[in-house]
Amino acid sequence: MMDATPTVQTPTVQTYTPREFHRQAHDALGNPQIRANFRKAMDGLMDKRRDVFGDWDLETLRELGANIRLRALAKLPDLLEQLEANCEANGIRVHWAEDGEQACRIIRELCEARDAKAVIKGKSMVTEEMHLNAHLEAAGIEALESDLGEYLVQLNEQTPSHIIMPAIHLNTDEISGIMHDKTGLERTRDVDVMTAAARHQLRERFMAADVGISGVNFAVAETGTLCLVENEGNGRMTTTVPPVHIAVTGIEKVVEQLRDVPPLYALLTRSATGQHVTTYFNMINSPRKAGEHDGPEEVHLVLVDNGRSNIYQDDELLDTLRCIRCGACMNHCPVYTRVGGHTYGTTYPGPIGSILMPHLMGLEETKDLPTASSLCGACGEVCPVKIPIPDLLVRLRRESVGEGRGNVPGAGVKRTRTEAAAWKGFQWLATHPSAWRGGTAVAGKLRALAPARLGPWTDYRSAPKPAGTSLHALVKRHRAGKDTGNTTGGNRGEHDS
Amino acid sequence: MSARDTILRRLRERTDGPLSAPESDFAVVTHRGWSAEERLERFERLITSVHGEVLHVTRDDWTQALAQLLSDKGVNRLALGREHPVAAEARAALADAEVELVDVDRAIESWQREQFDRVDAGLTSVRGAIAETGSLWLWPTPDEPRRLSLVPPLHVAVLDADTIEDTFFDVVEAHDWAGGMPTNALLISGPSKTADIEQTLAYGVHGPRELVVLVRHPKGA
Repeated sequence: MMDATPTVQTPTVQTYTPREFHRQAHDALGNPQIRANFRKAMDGLMDKRRDVFGDWDLETLRELGANIRLRALAKLPDLLEQLEANCEANGIRVHWAEDGEQACRIIRELCEARDAKAVIKGKSMVTEEMHLNAHLEAAGIEALESDLGEYLVQLNEQTPSHIIMPAIHLNTDEISGIMHDKTGLERTRDVDVMTAAARHQLRERFMAADVGISGVNFAVAETGTLCLVENEGNGRMTTTVPPVHIAVTGIEKVVEQLRDVPPLYALLTRSATGQHVTTYFNMINSPRKAGEHDGPEEVHLVLVDNGRSNIYQDDELLDTLRCIRCGACMNHCPVYTRVGGHTYGTTYPGPIGSILMPHLMGLEETKDLPTASSLCGACGEVCPVKIPIPDLLVRLRRESVGEGRGNVPGAGVKRTRTEAAAWKGFQWLATHPSAWRGGTAVAGKLRALAPARLGPWTDYRSAPKPAGTSLHALVKRHRAGKDTGNTTGGNRGEHDS
Repeated sequence: MSARDTILRRLRERTDGPLSAPESDFAVVTHRGWSAEERLERFERLITSVHGEVLHVTRDDWTQALAQLLSDKGVNRLALGREHPVAAEARAALADAEVELVDVDRAIESWQREQFDRVDAGLTSVRGAIAETGSLWLWPTPDEPRRLSLVPPLHVAVLDADTIEDTFFDVVEAHDWAGGMPTNALLISGPSKTADIEQTLAYGVHGPRELVVLVRHPKGA
């Protein structure tokens, strides 16, 4: 029934772009399959998260999580040096990369040093961020994803649509079709059959891989320990079976001490998928030691900056770096749950993506993302480390129109002369009472000329119309005793309410 | 200037100046105050909720239970260590059984294909368990290498009931993990699983399909 080996050929990944956010959102909203898949998944995740914190003092735990992350950031340069020293003492080679390109080059050179042709990968968002697979494939090295969700989206020539559940946008029938087309598996709706087929296909690849590449959930400075959180076991396979393990992490993932790990792990699993704990928590300290019979001969750690040290400069934006990548903000976001992850066109979608990606890609590319939010506050409320995401969205909106500190790449990109002049004019009017009264009186007289459409704003709303008589004039008339008993008549029914 | 020096300099010469580090109060992840019975009950409830199986045995008769389990599960080839008392006792008890015992104290390169294709089960000791989350903790050794709990489709873990502690934090602190970490430390909570196909739970996606925990109690307990 199942094919011995999959026919995964260097796929070209389908690309979405944050510049096209509005068009992609429009397409997603018109796609009932996408709507249904996300709605079902996210409703379930929200319920599970709520239930799993039942017997916890959640606020105290969140406070602790936030403190641990803030403490790590406060000491970040020292902790990175300590991590490096302890990893090296443990036998883990440490490499530093200023950007994604440099990180890709380091990893490619490590692969080439072992004459590697086949790489197996555990889930790692930072490698998605730097487009590592494409880089390796261009160098003739096949990089195969081993997390089942990542494997499926890679077979389907797509990128992940969620940071925890990469294939959440696909339903069972679609996945069955992908496995049939790409691996020859007989069409089935039986999830156990599909999972068994993937197990069989990927086990061959684990054995054949020259190098395993993984992400890192927490890197412990005190002990030089790399922590990996997972359910499937592919992370353990990736970091144990091939002769070389390369771990890749953003520089912000470091924590000070081992005792910081249990609270963060408790927050991560519960926030992400509503689990008390994941199946595996894997703590890697060194390569295979003398006398040991398995495990990689070499372990490398690549520390990637890629814009993070820029975020680090600003007291307010710094909070973005607390993130432990649980995805709870996207699971609870009314925008994400309706348009799905691909719509954002970025590695990290949803609220966290909307505050992180402008730093990594610049606001020229991502100017629409901070507006992809109703500012309902759900993301900030569920964030396990209390990142004030709505405040940061507002800050980035201000930056995009040139009203912030100007230290975000592309700041001011949305500023237009006419809009700036219009607001300046409004400011002048609103602070000069006689001009204001004259203006509102004229607006009232010319109300029939008010436009019925105001761009996308009126797609789902009626346009506001100036009242025939201003509130100010009505109050004045009322006070003068000339009220006819119909004081609100001029406004009734004329404003969208 | 190297990438390392550039990154560290940027972090040190921060525009908004030095940051202050808040204190951390860890009380919320410790001091559960559970009794031994509550710990065992909670461990069992949580690990079985994620598809782990628990069998209660005594220290004296546990190998008989193991032999029965292997027979019930149709295990023909069992991989196990040699030196740890769990492995030594199992070897002695299974010497005349029909199960073939597979040695794991040899370089994996010489038997990788065999391990993937021909081993039905791996037997390991564990260092202890965590009641709060229903987790086992293992520090693999040359005697019981890390793949022993990962590659075979059935993982049989032997746990002494009196080694269950309250929380992960308590284990890390009480056993001074920070004072000397092994090559690899593991928490295991159930068999390998995924929900990547439309949120439908499936077991055994990459690692073991089944996890059976033999919880050993003192005789007469």
